[in-house]
Amino acid sequence: MTYLQIALIYIAIALLLDFVILKTYVLKTKLFWLSYSIVLFFQFLTNGVLTGFLIVTYNPEILIGSGEYLTNRPPLIGDGRLFFAPMEDVLFGFSMIVFTISLWVYFGRRGIQKEPVSGPPPKWWPKGGWYGTK
Amino acid sequence: MGQFSYLGVLLFIFLATFLLEVVLKARVWQKFRRLFLTIVPVVLAMTLWDWYAIINDHWYFNDVLTSGLILFNFLPIEELLFFIFVPIASLLTFEAVRSIKKESVPGEKL
Repeated sequence: MTYLQIALIYIAIALLLDFVILKTYVLKTKLFWLSYSIVLFFQFLTNGVLTGFLIVTYNPEILIGSGEYLTNRPPLIGDGRLFFAPMEDVLFGFSMIVFTISLWVYFGRRGIQKEPVSGPPPKWWPKGGWYGTK
Repeated sequence: MGQFSYLGVLLFIFLATFLLEVVLKARVWQKFRRLFLTIVPVVLAMTLWDWYAIINDHWYFNDVLTSGLILFNFLPIEELLFFIFVPIASLLTFEAVRSIKKESVPGEKL
């Protein structure tokens, strides 16, 4: 199987977990997508280090991109790469994060250490956010 | 020093997100039992993928830039730590956003 094929199976399992098995529906919340966009930014950053410095390298036969970058740095963008990492890594990370948040919310709803909920932020944290909206 | 490269990335992830626990009171590390129950299945699922990928030569780890400690004959210790600390980082982000934006949780539904 290619990296993409396995990733799609894991995405399917993640959707099944959230919508059918645990019925947590985190993928329908703004809270999830806002958090995920922050996580994705840091994924690009840290994964860029792992792949750009060749700490982790990939067999081109299983990737969307075709170039071999076992000893030389992959492109920042292009040849199936996004910030040095294979595009498929986005799906890998996404499935892992959906598993995690869905299970976390599930156990909370089951009453396992549901309280105390997070917060409040410190007093000096601006109430309307850093951009003065609201 | 090179052998700590991957570990260094993990340390950055741990420290940066631990701030969310302290400053924004994400209360993820505080709920250790719930955290443990959440992380174990994630580690198992992702290790299964990693196992398949490693034995089928999907990806490789740099001998010079990793510690060289391999668990169960296939899993670099950095990978196991990745599957523990990255999900925790995502939970800390999620709960930190929740701490700031209370209105995102209608009727404490989550």
